[in-house]
Amino acid sequence: MSVPERIGVLLAYHWVLFKRTISGALVSRFLLPMLFLASMGLGVGSLVDSASGGVDGVPYLLYVVPGLVMVTAMNVAVGESTWPVMGFVKWNEFYRAMINAPQRVIDILVAHWLMIAFNVLISAGAFMVVAALFGGVRSWWSLLALPIAVLTGMAFSTPLFIIAAKASNDSIYSALFRLVVTPIMLFSGAFFPIEQLPTWMQPVAWVTPLWHGIELGRPAFLGTPASTIWWAHVGVLLAYVIGGAWMSARAIRDRLVT
Amino acid sequence: MTDDLLLTARDLTKKFGDFTAVDSIDVEVRKGEAFGFLGPNGAGKSSTMRMIASVSPVTSGELRIFGLDPAVDGQQIRARIGNCPQKDLLDEELSVEENLWVYGRFFGLSRAEVRQRATELLDFAQLSERRADKVEHLSGGMKRRLVIARSLINNPELLLLDEPTTGLDPQARHVLWDRLFRLKRQGVTLIITTHYMDEAEQLCDRLVVMDKGRIAAEGSPRDLIDRYSTREVVEVRFDTDDHAPHAAPLEGIGERMEVLPDRILLYADNGDEAAVAIAGRGVHPLSTLVRRSTLEDVFLHLTGRTLVD
Repeated sequence: MSVPERIGVLLAYHWVLFKRTISGALVSRFLLPMLFLASMGLGVGSLVDSASGGVDGVPYLLYVVPGLVMVTAMNVAVGESTWPVMGFVKWNEFYRAMINAPQRVIDILVAHWLMIAFNVLISAGAFMVVAALFGGVRSWWSLLALPIAVLTGMAFSTPLFIIAAKASNDSIYSALFRLVVTPIMLFSGAFFPIEQLPTWMQPVAWVTPLWHGIELGRPAFLGTPASTIWWAHVGVLLAYVIGGAWMSARAIRDRLVT
Repeated sequence: MTDDLLLTARDLTKKFGDFTAVDSIDVEVRKGEAFGFLGPNGAGKSSTMRMIASVSPVTSGELRIFGLDPAVDGQQIRARIGNCPQKDLLDEELSVEENLWVYGRFFGLSRAEVRQRATELLDFAQLSERRADKVEHLSGGMKRRLVIARSLINNPELLLLDEPTTGLDPQARHVLWDRLFRLKRQGVTLIITTHYMDEAEQLCDRLVVMDKGRIAAEGSPRDLIDRYSTREVVEVRFDTDDHAPHAAPLEGIGERMEVLPDRILLYADNGDEAAVAIAGRGVHPLSTLVRRSTLEDVFLHLTGRTLVD
C-alpha cells in the first residue's frame, strides 16, 4: 500500500466514527457559538460599545468573533486530542489493532491528525456561519481565518498526544482543562487585548498558540493589515505542530512497540 | 532453511529492562502445523507471540518468519499473519460487521473484498445473526470468535492465537476449538499460546512447555506425556488441610509421587493396580481417582508447579 492509500483507509475508519457522532456534534457546534455570541458578542458587546465605542476601533462583536473562532478551534482540537486518543492507546487500544493490521505508527497518527484538522475546520466554519447570521462577519477575507483556525487547533492537538502515551490515567485531562485550557482561553486576547493584562502576564500569552492564532486571525477577519510579524506567529504555530508531532510520534511508538 | 519452515527462532531473547521475559529459546514451526506454547502466566508466551507478530522488537537472537526478519520487513510479515491477541482490541462502538470491514481495509483490501470476506467469516464464526449489533453487546465468547474472524480477513498463511479461550465458559471454548479445528484442516498454520493443558492437547500437533522464559520440553502432547509422565495417574485426597504427612504410607506405590497442597498424585502405568495397592496398605483416603496422564502432569514434573494457580 502506498502512503496515501494507508492514510486513506485509516481516515475511512475515523470517518465511520465521525458519522456516528455527527448529529450530537453538530448541535453543540452550532448551539455553543450561538450562546457565546449572544452573551459575549451582543450582551457584553453592547456595554463595551456604549462605554468606549468598541475595541481597537471596531464594535465588540466584530472584535470578539475572530477570538471565539480560534477559541472554538482550540476547544475542539483539545477535546479530540485527549480522551479519544487515550481510548486508542489505553482503553480499547485500537491503535494496536491498526498496527497488527499492519499500519505504521506514523500513518496512524497522521490520519488521526488529519481527521482532527477536519473537525476543527468544520467547527470553525460552523461558528463563522452562525457569526455571519449575527452580523459578525463583514468580508470574504474572513475565510482566511479558517486555515488559521486549523493551524491553531493543530498546535494544541499534536503535542497533547504525548499525554495519552505517557499518563497513567485520564485524571490529568481534567487538570489540563482547568489549569491550562481555560486560563489560555481567558488570557490570550480572545475577549480583550492582552495589553490590558498586567505587564508580567503578557509574556504568558506570547507562548500560547491561541494568542498567535488570534493575532493572525483577527486582522484577516476584519480585513485590516496583517501584523508586521505575521510570519513569527505562523512560525510559532508551526513549531508547536511539528515539534508536538515529532515528540508524540516517539512517545506513542515507545508505548505501542515494546 | 527448508521451504516448509514457516518460522525459525534461534537464541530468541526479550528483555524489558533487567527483566528477561524470553530467555534464549529455539523454536521451529512448519507449514500446516498447529504449534503450541504451553505455560503458566508470566512464562514468556505472550512476549514470544508479540515478537512473532512483529510488533515487538527482538532484544537478541534471530527470528525469521516466512524467511523474513521482522526488524526489516515487519510490515510485510504482518500483512501475511492473522493476529488474535490476548486483548480483543475491538472497537466496541462499531457493529460486528463494521469491525471486520474496517480491519480488512487496513490491509488494503477493497470495499467489495472486505464485504465478501466479512460475510463468509461471520458465517464461519457463527455470528451472522449478530452482524449489525454493536460489539459491546456481545458475550465474551462471541467477541473472541469475532476477533478470530477478524484475524482471518486477510487470508493469513499463519494464524497467531494468544490465549484464545482464556476467560470463556466451557461451552464457548468448545465452539471455538471446533472453529480452530476447521482452520487447521484447511491447512492454516496455527501458533497457539495457552495455559490450559486440555486446549494444548486438543489443538496442538507439537508444543513447547515454557517456564520462566525458557523452554522446558518440546514434542507432541502424546510424546511429552510418554517421556515425562506415566500412562495413568492416581489422585488421592485425604480429609485434611495438609497432605504431606499422608505421603509416607504411600511410598513405593507406582513410579513416582507428587504431593500437592490439596492432593497426592501417584504416577503409575496401571492406575487400578496402584489403587488396589493403596487399599492393601490399610490407607483410607477420602477419594481415589484413576485418570490418564495429561500435559498438566508433564508440566508438574518439569517445573514442580501446576499450570493454573
